[in-house]
Amino acid sequence: MRKGTAEKFRRDLTILLGLSIVYLGFAWFVTNSYYQLILTLVPIWAAFSVSWNILSGYAGQLSFGHASFFGIGGYTMTLALVWWDITPWLGIPLGMIVAGAAAVVIGVPTFRLRGHYFALSMLAYPLAILYFLQYFGLAEVTLPMHRENPAAYLEFTDPRYNTLVAVGLLAIAVFVCILIENSRFGLALLAIRQNELAAEAAGIDSKTWKMRALVVSGMIAAAAGGFYACVQLVVTPDSTFGMLVSAQPVVMTLFGGVASLWGPVIGAAFLVPLSKFLDAFASDITLWGMQFHGIQGVVYGGVVIAIILSAPDGVFWTVRDRFFKPKAAAPLPPMKPAPIVAASDVAPGAPLMVVDGLSKSFGGLRAVNNVGFTIAKGEILGIIGPNGAGKTTLFNLLNGVLPADEGTATLAGQTMLGKKVHEVCRMGVGRTFQVVRSFPRLPLIDNVIVGAYGAGLTDQEAEDEAVRALHRVGLADQASLAAGQLTNKQLRLMELARALAGRPRVLLLDETLAGLGREECDDVLDVLNRLRDEGMTIGIIEHTMHAMLRIADRFVVLNYGAVLAEGPPREVVENRTVIEAYLGKKWLAKHA
Amino acid sequence: MDIEVLIENVLNALTAGITIGCIYGLMCIGLGLIFGIMKVVNFAQGELLMLGMFASLYLVTGGGVLAFLGPYIGPFVGAMLAGPIIFIVGAFLHKFLIGRVSGLRTAGSIDDGHFGQLIVTLGISLILQNGGMIVFGSTPVTVRTPLSSSAFQVGPIFGDATIFLNKAKLIACAVAIVTAIALYFLLEFTRIGKALRAAADNPTAATYMGIDVDKYYRMAFGLGSGITAIAGGLMATYLSFGSFIGFDYVIIMYSGVVLGGIGSIMGAFWGGLTVGFVQQFSALILPPQLQNAAIFIVFLAIVMLRPQGLFGRSAERA
Repeated sequence: MRKGTAEKFRRDLTILLGLSIVYLGFAWFVTNSYYQLILTLVPIWAAFSVSWNILSGYAGQLSFGHASFFGIGGYTMTLALVWWDITPWLGIPLGMIVAGAAAVVIGVPTFRLRGHYFALSMLAYPLAILYFLQYFGLAEVTLPMHRENPAAYLEFTDPRYNTLVAVGLLAIAVFVCILIENSRFGLALLAIRQNELAAEAAGIDSKTWKMRALVVSGMIAAAAGGFYACVQLVVTPDSTFGMLVSAQPVVMTLFGGVASLWGPVIGAAFLVPLSKFLDAFASDITLWGMQFHGIQGVVYGGVVIAIILSAPDGVFWTVRDRFFKPKAAAPLPPMKPAPIVAASDVAPGAPLMVVDGLSKSFGGLRAVNNVGFTIAKGEILGIIGPNGAGKTTLFNLLNGVLPADEGTATLAGQTMLGKKVHEVCRMGVGRTFQVVRSFPRLPLIDNVIVGAYGAGLTDQEAEDEAVRALHRVGLADQASLAAGQLTNKQLRLMELARALAGRPRVLLLDETLAGLGREECDDVLDVLNRLRDEGMTIGIIEHTMHAMLRIADRFVVLNYGAVLAEGPPREVVENRTVIEAYLGKKWLAKHA
Repeated sequence: MDIEVLIENVLNALTAGITIGCIYGLMCIGLGLIFGIMKVVNFAQGELLMLGMFASLYLVTGGGVLAFLGPYIGPFVGAMLAGPIIFIVGAFLHKFLIGRVSGLRTAGSIDDGHFGQLIVTLGISLILQNGGMIVFGSTPVTVRTPLSSSAFQVGPIFGDATIFLNKAKLIACAVAIVTAIALYFLLEFTRIGKALRAAADNPTAATYMGIDVDKYYRMAFGLGSGITAIAGGLMATYLSFGSFIGFDYVIIMYSGVVLGGIGSIMGAFWGGLTVGFVQQFSALILPPQLQNAAIFIVFLAIVMLRPQGLFGRSAERA
């Protein structure tokens, strides 16, 4: 559990409990069996939508094929009952296990894809399964009746008990969601959704977290599918794996409010009764003696469009933004003294990062060509060079965004190459980006905590470290603002704080001063100077000479991907080849 | 199996794959235009196909204005004319619904408006499917042409192995290829094409260059709708359809577009052709239920091997 979320946790839990009791109390007095069926189906579809929301809402991995897991739950439960007489009480958990395994099997190849490719590829799985089931003669499987002991087989004669079980199922699903929202799991997913590369550079193992989200999500979906089959008493490939089934959680969640706890529930509570009532009454509509088969689909589609056009973010977010003002956040606690970290393995002044013979080609272009340099512990190394000199590519090689073709790079003797982005981060390499990569909807403090979690700190340590990082860069007063509201300078400092929160041994800063005015520039330089005084080791890419001259202890000059010069700042700027690379031969001839 | 029968089957699957595949290719280009230029996931594309079929039907049969052209030329002229009609339908859909959740209005928001677009296009799809059933009735229909029940015979080539080329499909295939080539020239060599491609590549920058991005998005949506509708009109000559037919083909369209590579409009043609091929060849060796499964399995296999599709590009600067 993350610190500072205890209040939200309690509040959501109270709402969940209250809603469940009120809903069940209401359902108890409903005697019409069709209405009771609607009351049973609402929590089932809500649970399915909650499961979709974990993967596609929080983690942003849009899936059009969530019916895979719903159907696996339904069919596993049904076949276990038909073939081996296993009660659904065990069949549903069995289905969840199968769906969890299926999630891994599906996730391993499919997470290699991104964006639309991922979303649409997910659609292929349930459809392929659907046709296989038809081929194997499982096009319609009826659940056998067990009249002698209905409760043991989840076949209640009183449909109110179905509603009870469905509400219990939904309560568990929402509870899981509450746990996720208030833990590092949820924060990691939100970070991945908003900027996957930034999350990885902050040490978040995005692949693993996404896989966990898919497994949890698939298991909840399977539970919903399993119980859905119990209520319907029959499964068909179309009713469990069909495209319309995949579309249900998408529509309900987006309608209710994506990436919110209650959005999927709101969507199901509104749309399931709507469609059921339309189904029941549409055939009664006659005009001029004609019946309008299909009018229910038209009305349903129209209502969905109308509401999403007036509330594009979904009902939950629109209502919240309009009627609830965000509460003023508590001020940031004072900075705690830095913990005594085990002495670094390198003495001040000794080489900490050693790069040798590093090369990278893109087709015929050698973007980085046999580059070698060292960064000594406690120094600021300025990496300069004209546009296109390969500076950013060099950083991308060092922190694992790109694989190097040749060469070595070590941090205190350990190799940095051949590792994933988050692994390099965990070795103690903090990175900022040329174009700021923030998590725009998360508050500043959470943006920074992501970095601390990425480093593998405990909840308490992460909180302390994030607070300390914000104090160190001077953003303590803005801690509760959403990153999207910050100025350019504050965003630069936020990235710096996020890198610092991971207790890095070396910081790689990519044009941290880009786009800043002179005074803003000075503020950032002051922060960097202070960090150096505290013993931080920094490699910084920068264009502007005058700023670099003020902070860098040493320069490495890159040109056309190769090291042109290296040494103390004054020496380098007077070097003729460097002047030539920057200003051209003509300038040199004129001013020599 | 007898070797001659085998060769005959393979050759016929090959030609059927090419003819059907080209029509699929045209259908996919329509979606590829919308997907590639506007980055909108349009779930209503299948219904635009369906509207194309019905537009052609009402133009050429019964008291339709093109009925005088007779059953040989009429259906194909009808298919061509379905294009401009559905272009207008698409432009209106964009103006009143899709334009409100896409384009510059949502560019740069966290999910680029994708979630809103999903719901709106799913809603449109539902309305058109069910509204179509009310308006067009629920009995399957077809645009009758005697050409669909006669074939050119090529051969015998090897022993008794003969290729049968269905005349309706062959003409439809030719129309599809001509339409695709015309579109290619429109996109590559005209000002409109340049503006469309600029709006696709970077809408914000295109705006600064004086391109009315929303207008070109509307045009892209209309074009995409019209192109798919032409494919629909062509398919209407050889298959029977109802208002729910779009459902079966929207998945094929997405498979084709993803296979071709998102953003590559002409790639979508090759993607569609691939799907047509897989469908026809799987009919040789697989039982009917598994033919459709084969499409998805081949689709997944190709996407896993080439995550950016056959012709797609992927680049992101860190």
